[in-house]
Amino acid sequence: MSALRQIAFYGKGGIGKSTTSQNTLAALVELGQKILIVGCDPKADSTRLILNSKAQDTVLHLAAEMGSVEDLELEDVLKVGFKDIKCVESGGPEPGVGCAGRGVITSINFLEENGAYDDVDYVSYDVLGDVVCGGFAMPIRENKAQEIYIVMSGEMMALYAANNISKGILKYANSGGVRLGGLICNERQTDKELELAEAMAAKLGSKLIHFVPRDNIVQHAELRRQTVIEYAPDSKQADEYRQLATKIHNNSGKGVIPTPITMEELEEMLMEFGIMQSEEERLAAIAATEAAAG
Amino acid sequence: MAKDHVSGPEDYEALIEEVLEAYPLKARKRRAKHLQVSQADPESEPDATTGIASKCDTTKSNIKSIPGVMTVRGCAYAGSKGVVWGPVKDMIHISHGPVGCGQYSWSQRRNYYIGKTGIDSFVTMQFTTDFQEKDIVFGGDKKLAKMIDELEELFPLSRGTTIQSECPIGLIGDDIEAVAKAKNKEHGKTMVPVRCEGFRGVSQSLGHHIANDAVRDWVYEKGDGGAAKDYEGGKYDVNVIGDYNIGGDAWASRILLEEMGLNVVGNWSGDATLAEIERAPKAKLNLIHCYRSMNYICRYMEEKYGVAWMEYNFFGPTQIAASLRAIAKNFDETIQENAEKVIAKYQPLVDAINAKYRPRLEGKSVMLYVGGLRPRHVVTAYDDLGMVIAGTGYEFGHGDDYKRTGHYVKEGTLIYDDVTGYELEKFIEKIRPDLVGSGIKEKYPTQKMGIPFRQMHSWDYSGPYHGYDGYAIFARDMDLAINNPVWGMYDAPWDKPAAIAAE
Repeated sequence: MSALRQIAFYGKGGIGKSTTSQNTLAALVELGQKILIVGCDPKADSTRLILNSKAQDTVLHLAAEMGSVEDLELEDVLKVGFKDIKCVESGGPEPGVGCAGRGVITSINFLEENGAYDDVDYVSYDVLGDVVCGGFAMPIRENKAQEIYIVMSGEMMALYAANNISKGILKYANSGGVRLGGLICNERQTDKELELAEAMAAKLGSKLIHFVPRDNIVQHAELRRQTVIEYAPDSKQADEYRQLATKIHNNSGKGVIPTPITMEELEEMLMEFGIMQSEEERLAAIAATEAAAG
Repeated sequence: MAKDHVSGPEDYEALIEEVLEAYPLKARKRRAKHLQVSQADPESEPDATTGIASKCDTTKSNIKSIPGVMTVRGCAYAGSKGVVWGPVKDMIHISHGPVGCGQYSWSQRRNYYIGKTGIDSFVTMQFTTDFQEKDIVFGGDKKLAKMIDELEELFPLSRGTTIQSECPIGLIGDDIEAVAKAKNKEHGKTMVPVRCEGFRGVSQSLGHHIANDAVRDWVYEKGDGGAAKDYEGGKYDVNVIGDYNIGGDAWASRILLEEMGLNVVGNWSGDATLAEIERAPKAKLNLIHCYRSMNYICRYMEEKYGVAWMEYNFFGPTQIAASLRAIAKNFDETIQENAEKVIAKYQPLVDAINAKYRPRLEGKSVMLYVGGLRPRHVVTAYDDLGMVIAGTGYEFGHGDDYKRTGHYVKEGTLIYDDVTGYELEKFIEKIRPDLVGSGIKEKYPTQKMGIPFRQMHSWDYSGPYHGYDGYAIFARDMDLAINNPVWGMYDAPWDKPAAIAAE
């Protein structure tokens, strides 16, 4: 067994992090890797495609039921799914109460202390939306994930989020050794999406690891609570995920310290690509509409 | 190292410079604004009672302590739970959050009260939601609600509950207001959520303010009037505000007001009941002792209910007499005559105290470092004993406190705001006063320097110090501290002067 490799998937909410990560990890198993998925989203939906189930019991809910996390056994929360991928969901409070960030910290500490990381080649963290507080930076901190993969698209907010996450990585890059593995573009079919994703990656001093094309087969698989790898192993989309898995596997140690850009630079870039209008263009457009209406 | 030189340096300005030298430049600049020597103030009239007109209102105050120094300040939770709400005896005060804050504020601050603890009074008991990890992650509001239900069952005679927020409550956003509203409906008792998370503000002072605001919002504005509904106010009704009954202070004060013919309907918040708080707006006058911690609610009552308020001082016979007269002025001639009678009645006691203790204490110098009122209020009690204030300072005073200090301290008094452990130690070491009056954290270092000490927060397990009865105890305690023979035995026998050692 080679040294444990820890990676994490971050990205804007709803971008397809969980779908992309589960498909990629399912493909990674085909490369003979033993994998543990740690879901760090209170919604606890990071492992459903692997487990083919609605949702699994989470660390935090079971701990709360039993009294404290010390009363919990690893077997209670560790489930085994597709091709022996191990799955754990951190879980967390319902929206609007408590502190989900502290929950992430509690869960990860529990998993480490109880040997969940023994006998696996990969630990993959799937983290909610943005790095909203210190708790959700846990996988970035303290020598947890070595590489972070940011799932994004050509949409403006996804790019903002990618830049923000890079800031979080930069903050801990020197103390903890975390690196940006690269960007994964999940196609949304926006204008010049591939070029924009590549430009963004270049700005961040990183690279676009893979451009995952949009394919309805992903939705079909998801309805059956399956990854594409499982649902249609011979499909073209399955091969895309296999390519991505291979690239990530070969990307070990090739992560970089990101160079996040300022809001101004980001907006300039978006204007270059015509995604965002400059102030003059915006006023001109409004004037044109008004003239047409008049 | 006994008290080897009697008088300290004359030049306090130079002393401040010397002490500040230990700091790096930036800290030195910042701390310099908190240290000064009171100046003569030729522009203002000398105070009618003390005859003093000095000023020390340039001292910076109520700002953040510098990281790295030792400050003795408390937090907002301490200001609310420990000071304002904690003494209200027939309510249960829940320390909402992890167990430590509750544990360390257990038993309160010697706020004496009459009642059966655990039956109808709860001051010295400690209630906490004892947060565990899961309460942080999933929120503690359900636990809080359950706790209030259990307390209702265990202590049916409690008149209500306050929820004193500890730091994590503000971080995880527990909706304690919703719990309070629901439980108020369910049990029909007053529920007061207090957002006094410790990280708010720069000292306990903000906690006082938040607690005052909680009285306003949850007893007056949201309450149904409670005990006030059936209460017919009388023309001599007064409230004593800001007397926490440390060692029985409020009782020693109440005697005098009642002998004067006034009717003390409420005492805030030492030995207080919720009903007293509810009835307070029906009084004619609010008498405020601790201005710093309770002026806020007095201003509110004035605005909303038209209750006038005035400050008074019951430390030492000079101020007591002046205060009794000033209070009486707000009422008719009967009360005014009674005030004179009360002053005359106690004069023999005052004379006896002074005859006994003044010769033993005359000319002794004192350094004080207390909270937000006593640094100025107790000064005249020492004056009455012929003692001299060398320096005084506030932990958490504001600008208006320093403005009021000018009438109490003479020109040339050393003034220190939020003094650091290092500064105070240096000042004491250089000035070597005959007595230091401060808190438990300062007590033992000072005594180890060979200097007598009295705790002036808790009255050093003695008291009361308010009123004429209090003055007798105050004088005795200061004498006990200063003239204790132990200070003459401070040096080791082998350190005695050579002539004796040679025998």
